[in-house]
Amino acid sequence: MTSEKTQIKTVAPESAPKRENQGEVEPLRVPPLDLSPDPADQDDPSEPSMSKNKSDDNQSRSEPSPDQVEDGGEKRGRLSRLRFSKKRDMPGGLWLRCESCSKTIYRKDLDDKVRVCPACSFHFTLPGKQRVASILDEGTWKESFGNIEALDRLEFVENAAYCDKIDRAVKRTGQKEAFLVGTGRVEGREIVLGVLDFSFMGGSMGEVVGEKISLAIEIAEERNLPVVLFTSSGGARMHEGALSLMQMAKTSASLARFNKRGGFSICVMTHPTTGGVTASFASVCDIILAEPGALIGFAGPRVIATTIKQELPPGFQRAEFLIQKGMLDAIVPRNEMRRRIASLVDFGQGARAAAKAKRELI
Amino acid sequence: MSKSKNGSSSGLPFEAPIREIEDRIAELESLSASTRLDISSEIEALRARLESQVESTYSDLSAWDRVTVARHPMRPVTSDYITEMLDEFFELHGDKYYGDDRALVTGLASMEGRKFMLVAHRKGRNTAERVECNFGCAHPEGYRKAMRKMKLAAKLGLPIVTLINTPGAYPGIAAEERGQAMAIAENILGMFDIAVPIICVIIGEGGSGGALGIGIGDRVLMMEYAYYSVISPEGCAAILWKDGERSPDAAEALKLTADSLISLGIVDEMIPEPTGGAHRNPAIATASLKEALLRNLDELSAIPLQELLDTRFEKFRKISHIEGRFPTVADAAAS
Ligand SMILES: [Zn+2]
Repeated sequence: MTSEKTQIKTVAPESAPKRENQGEVEPLRVPPLDLSPDPADQDDPSEPSMSKNKSDDNQSRSEPSPDQVEDGGEKRGRLSRLRFSKKRDMPGGLWLRCESCSKTIYRKDLDDKVRVCPACSFHFTLPGKQRVASILDEGTWKESFGNIEALDRLEFVENAAYCDKIDRAVKRTGQKEAFLVGTGRVEGREIVLGVLDFSFMGGSMGEVVGEKISLAIEIAEERNLPVVLFTSSGGARMHEGALSLMQMAKTSASLARFNKRGGFSICVMTHPTTGGVTASFASVCDIILAEPGALIGFAGPRVIATTIKQELPPGFQRAEFLIQKGMLDAIVPRNEMRRRIASLVDFGQGARAAAKAKRELI
Repeated sequence: MSKSKNGSSSGLPFEAPIREIEDRIAELESLSASTRLDISSEIEALRARLESQVESTYSDLSAWDRVTVARHPMRPVTSDYITEMLDEFFELHGDKYYGDDRALVTGLASMEGRKFMLVAHRKGRNTAERVECNFGCAHPEGYRKAMRKMKLAAKLGLPIVTLINTPGAYPGIAAEERGQAMAIAENILGMFDIAVPIICVIIGEGGSGGALGIGIGDRVLMMEYAYYSVISPEGCAAILWKDGERSPDAAEALKLTADSLISLGIVDEMIPEPTGGAHRNPAIATASLKEALLRNLDELSAIPLQELLDTRFEKFRKISHIEGRFPTVADAAAS
C-alpha cells in the first residue's frame, strides 16, 4: 500500500457550506490525518479519540448541546488538531476534556454513560472489557481462550522490539491479546461475543486474534448460537508480516463454513475500524452495524490523502458516510446497542433451519 | 542469457557491477564496428564475465533487492504471459454493476489443452498502459468483476488461475466510496465456496489485501523474485522509523520473500526464474510458470470437489498452527 508520509497542506475553512441535510457533515479543516489508526499508534493507544462534528451528533439522535449549534471558529480550529491522544486524557484523572465538544467532563459521568460524552454524545472508543459489560447481562460472561499469547515468529526487528510491545500491552490492559471471546446473555439470549479491543496494540489482527475470531465462530457453530463481533482496529498487525495478512483468510474461511451451516453473524464496527479487519470478516457478517461517528475504511485517511494529494471530502469514511454509500445496515448508538442486538438475535433464530431446508431443495 | 541490450538491468542499484560489464561490452562493440579491429575475443571474455557476474550477484540478493526485481519495469507482466503462454484468451469484461477495471483482467484461457478462467492483475508495459491500469491498483469493481467471473468458472466447471501483481488495492476516495474493503472481503469469503480448483501465483508484487482479494486458492505459488507482504517495505519503514530510507530493513523484517513464506506455510511452491531474474530472460520465466501451472492444474483436477473445498478450508484455517499452540472448540466447552 502507498504510504510515504508527506506534508499535506492545510485547507482554509472559510468556504465550509452549511447544510440542513442530516447526512451532510461539516468539513474538517484539514484531512483528518491524525485520525488514521496507523499501526504506529498500535504501540500505545491508551486513549484513542477522534474529532467529530455536528452531524454525527444529529445522527446519534441525542440532544445536541447549545455550544455545538453555535460552532465557533475556535472550536473548529481545535478540531483540526485532534488526534489519537496519548496524554491528553490521563487515565488517573478525575476530569477529562471531550475530544469533540472540548467540554470538561467528570470521568465518572463519562463512564456512567459508557464513555459517551454527556454533553455531545461523542462515542469514545470503549476498551474490550467495558464493551463486554455494556452488552451482556451481568454475571453471564464466560471468557474462553484468554491465555493464548502472541509469538514473535518473524523475530521482528532487533528481536526484542515486538515482544516488548506485546509485554507493555499485556501489562496495560491486563489481557493477553487484543481479542476477547466468550459466551454470555443479552437480555436473556445466549450469544457468542467477540470484542476486538483497540486498547491492545490498536486492535491489530495477528495470529492470535485471527485464531480467536475463528474459534469464536466455531463455538457459535457448535453450540448453535449467533456470533456478535465488535471491532475497533487499525488492521493487520504489521509485526507478524504475511502471517497477519493470512488471518484475513483464516477468519473468512471460518465464516464461510459457518454461513453454509446456517450460522448467524452480526458485526458492529466501532471507531476506528480499518485495513485488514474491514477488508475481511467484519464486512461479510450477515448484519453490519456501526456506532455513530465511527471511522471505517479500507485505507486510512492519511494514506489516502497522501496518495491522491488532495483534501478528503467532509465526513469521509465516517459511519454516516458509509451508510449513505450503502455499506452498512444501520448506525446504532451505544445506549441502544444491547436492545438492538437482542432483537436481531430473535430475528436470526430461523437461520439454521433455513440452511437445512435449502440443502434439501432441488 | 544476458545477451539482451534492452536495458534489462537498468535502474536496479545492486546490478551496478553487471551494468559496468554491459557498458564495457557495448563500448567494445561500437569500437569494433567503427575501427574494424578484431576484438571479438575480448568481447567474448567479457560476456563470460558478465554471465558469472549475474550469477554471483543474484545468488546473494537481500529481501529489498528482490522487491526491486519484482518491480522491475522490464519484468514480464500479465499481458506478456497471456501472449506468450496461452494458446487462446478471450477477455470477459466488466463487473456488470459499475465498470470495467483495467487493473484486473479476467477471461477464458486455454493452454496445452487445459481450459481455465484467468483472473489477473494488470500493470501494463509502457507508460500509457500503466496509467490505464492504474499501476496495478484495482478498484472495488475490479474485485467484483473477478468474483463474478470466478462464479462463472465454477458454474462451467473451469479451474481458475489467478496471477497476482499489485502494489495494493487502490487507496482513493472513489475506491472507499464504492466499498474497497467490502469488495475484497466478499472475494476472500467467496473464494472458499468456489467449487473448482484455484491456483494463485504471485508473479511480481503481492501487495497486502489487494493481493489476497484474488489470493485464496488450493495452491499458492510464487515466482522466485516476487514478494508477498502485509504492507509495503516503504510503508513499514515510514511507520517504524519514520524514514522511507530504511525500506531495505523493513523488507528484511517483513519476511516477504518466497523462501520465508514457504517456511511459514503461506506459500506452497516457488517457481524458479532464470538466473538474473525474469526480466533478463522472459522466455525461460514463461516456460517455468507454464510448467508449474500445468502440473498443478493436472494434480488438482484429480481431486474430488468436496475434498478440494475441505482441503482449501483447512489450508487457511490451519495457518499459524504450530503443534500444541492453539486450543480447539472442545477446550472451550471443557472450561
Ligand atoms: Zn463531548
